[in-house]
Amino acid sequence: MAYGLLIDYEFCTGCQSCEVACKEEHSIPVGQWGIHLLDDGPWECADGRFNWNKIPVPTRLCDLCEQRTQQGKQPSCVHHCLAGVMQYGSVEELAKQLEKKPDQVLFVPKTYRYAQ
Amino acid sequence: MSDDYYKKAKAIPLPTLSEVNDLGKDWRYQDDGYTVTRTCPWSPPGCHPVGCGLKLYVDADGRLQKVEGDENHPVTQGRLCPRCIALKDYVYNPARILHPMKRHREDRGKADKWQRITWDEAFDIIKKEYDRIVAEYGRESIAIFSGTGREGGTMNPYGSMVFGTPNKCYTQSGYACYTPRLAAAVYVTGATYAEWDNAGALPDRWDDERYELSEVIVLWGKQPLDSNPDGFFGHSLIDAMRRGSRIINIDPRVTWLSTRSDIHLQLRPGTDTALGMAMLHVIISEGLYDKDFVEYWCYGFDELAERVAEMPPEKAAEICGVAVEKIYAAARMYAKAKPAGLLWGLAVDQKTNGMQNGQVIISLQAITGNLDRPGGQFLPGAGSGHNELGYGYDEGVGELKAKMIGIDQYPAYCNMILDAQADMMLKALETGDPFPLKMCMYQGNNLMACTSMEPKRWHDAIIKTMDFSIGIDTFMNPSVEASCDIFLPLKTVAEREGTVFTHYAPCTVTAGFMHKAIEVGEGFSDMEMVYELGTRLRPELWAKEGFANSKEFIEHFRLGKREHGAYFDKISQVVVSQVPVDYYKYEKGMLRADGGPGFATPTGRVELWSTAFNQFGEDPLPYYAEPEFGPVTTPELMEQYPFVLTTGARTSAFFHSEHRQIAYLRELHPNPITEINPQVAKRLNITEGQWVRVFNQFGECVQKAHISPIVDENTIHSEHAWWFPEEDGNEPNLYGVFRSNINNLIPNFHMGKLGFGAPGKCLICNIEPVAKNYDTNMDLVWEKFGKLV
Ligand code: SF4
Ligand code: SF4
Ligand code: SF4
Repeated sequence: MAYGLLIDYEFCTGCQSCEVACKEEHSIPVGQWGIHLLDDGPWECADGRFNWNKIPVPTRLCDLCEQRTQQGKQPSCVHHCLAGVMQYGSVEELAKQLEKKPDQVLFVPKTYRYAQ
Repeated sequence: MSDDYYKKAKAIPLPTLSEVNDLGKDWRYQDDGYTVTRTCPWSPPGCHPVGCGLKLYVDADGRLQKVEGDENHPVTQGRLCPRCIALKDYVYNPARILHPMKRHREDRGKADKWQRITWDEAFDIIKKEYDRIVAEYGRESIAIFSGTGREGGTMNPYGSMVFGTPNKCYTQSGYACYTPRLAAAVYVTGATYAEWDNAGALPDRWDDERYELSEVIVLWGKQPLDSNPDGFFGHSLIDAMRRGSRIINIDPRVTWLSTRSDIHLQLRPGTDTALGMAMLHVIISEGLYDKDFVEYWCYGFDELAERVAEMPPEKAAEICGVAVEKIYAAARMYAKAKPAGLLWGLAVDQKTNGMQNGQVIISLQAITGNLDRPGGQFLPGAGSGHNELGYGYDEGVGELKAKMIGIDQYPAYCNMILDAQADMMLKALETGDPFPLKMCMYQGNNLMACTSMEPKRWHDAIIKTMDFSIGIDTFMNPSVEASCDIFLPLKTVAEREGTVFTHYAPCTVTAGFMHKAIEVGEGFSDMEMVYELGTRLRPELWAKEGFANSKEFIEHFRLGKREHGAYFDKISQVVVSQVPVDYYKYEKGMLRADGGPGFATPTGRVELWSTAFNQFGEDPLPYYAEPEFGPVTTPELMEQYPFVLTTGARTSAFFHSEHRQIAYLRELHPNPITEINPQVAKRLNITEGQWVRVFNQFGECVQKAHISPIVDENTIHSEHAWWFPEEDGNEPNLYGVFRSNINNLIPNFHMGKLGFGAPGKCLICNIEPVAKNYDTNMDLVWEKFGKLV
């Protein structure tokens, strides 16, 4: 079964807790990321309102916290997300959630194997 | 307080929490070879007293290996900001100082001249200097420079019980942080502060039967998501938004939150009071106020109505530079929402007109009937808080209070906060008038980087006048490096015991307890340091108190009990507890000391016309005053300095001047950023990421340009509190503390009538590109501070 991360970017505040939680969990050095925040905005739309979305994107170092998730725990980024907008689960389950609410994104990163 | 006052809080799991979790675990438990200690942290590292739930994983060798958020905390629910997630890198940072040090006075500013000493030697040196200086100049010649947020910053017994000086001083001009708001709240409502009610104290939180979800939440000059201000868990705002609360954002900058708001009032910095008066005018003239509340519980409504009629929205729109329809819409939306919350931030304080800004905000909360109501503003009841402010004052300072610097000129300031007036302190340091200051101690304060305006003036004056200076911290910082002769190390939250009451205890929602999980170095906590220093410097005074040990002192100071520490040990096992709260306390006689109904003001009502302000010689009603520098007041200066300068927005990576040496955090935000509108950048030939010189009539600094419509074409925003711990610490570089320091551009002596407020958020400036690149070398930061951990 495929697993992934569902992120509600309507409410992702860009706090960067996911980034640091991931780096601590996997001891990722400075300059590299397991999940990296993309910052699109602010830019003004024709109606005078601004577009500004912050979207954390799992990188090729994301292993979906294999060690944790195998024990049934949630990934570290999900656990610490300040806005509580990240979910871990099977793609099937998350796809159902995705259907219920707009402004979400589902990532299914290819599992990276950390050198032992 | 009965023994079951501190009940274990019920956990409210987040829907995203997995089936396998640590709900219901004890305060200490074993997990997979680790001893896990649950705790609620408060300083250091610096933070306001939020006390987010933490689990500290310690291995068999006693080393902290992992930090995780504690899902048992009813408010934070396992969530953490990046700073606690990276706690391990702070605790074991190679730059941390773990033992006392001394340095000869003539070696101040020389980073390699510190010598490690024992505590005995440190105490002996301090005692000798203290006795000598007190004999020669009196205890009033000792200044305690206090900072913000950290427990040390508010540790008033350092001044009262340890050194016995009336001259404890928060060094920011006009105490332009929290206290102007606090003063407005105290003088108008008799209660200390009114926080938005986020259901934090209710056992079932948002679903508690007593709670009503705020229909609308106004954010006024506040960034709670990054700052967790005053111990308020910022992201509970997101929790409310996801349940349906709508947002009105009042901010000169476009923020992420303003893009999620129904209304964004992007006003010219410093014009907030005009906006508030106009909103009051709309609400009053359209009859949208809570008529019963105004009739029964407010004083001076007609006078207020008359005053705000002088500020119709059309006039305010012009002053603030916002569309008039938006002012009407915001006023109506806030007044019609039942209930409505309002979060008021630091920007309220950082203007000369700050008190009046606070006054209009309290008036808005009051006349809309939102004070002391679920989902509105949460008001502290009579007797809430620790009274730490006055702790030991009579015994320790007594009649010397008359020698508090500034007390004659600014009694409303000095008496309320028992602090020397900051600007008068600078004058005294520089001139020796009214008397010379000879000894100082930094109490959770890195003033040259963060809390002083025109920091070079403070630097020069302190170095020149002080015979003896003590720095207390976890890391070396520029202020201590420049001026201190003794360094005393502090424990971090992982190494100490203690308490954390959100919001410093007036409007507390949770009481948290700190447990010691590891031992690192020789530091003390601030609480222990007070006891250790106090019992040595003033043995007779402390003998009278008769504390068995430092733990009993903590117990007494924070919990009001004396059981040799046994009470603390028992109670602290709950880890986190919700404090019992009530609403509509003014109807129930729970706000006044005499137990009568009403508010704790002279008239017993919310004083929209303030008898206290009147008594202090201030206008009893709110009024608008233009920022002292700007397009309206100083048009002649605008050619030279065409932009309004606002400063000090926060990031999640740092607590003010802290955390620059934590590699994982610095990486999130490596450089000091100045925000520039794209049109301005084009005109001035500035490209993204280029360094710019920001300058005005008071000073200059360099920062890195971020080109973005975050600010409009008239406004420049620059970050505060920058220094570079990876750089040379010797004078004159001092870790680069004056290079990117925006406070170089902010003057002292521009406070309001009562001594409060300073123009930190509303000055003028110009900018120009510079050729040199000052980019932080992250490899160096990683090399110096990162790799070991
Ligand atoms: S799931 Fe784990 S590895 Fe992947 S981004 Fe989150 S914390 Fe990093
Ligand atoms: S932790 Fe959550 S809210 Fe913060 S940046 Fe990551 S996804 Fe967004
Ligand atoms: S807000 Fe303060 S206590 Fe909470 S996680 Fe951040 S640094 Fe820690």
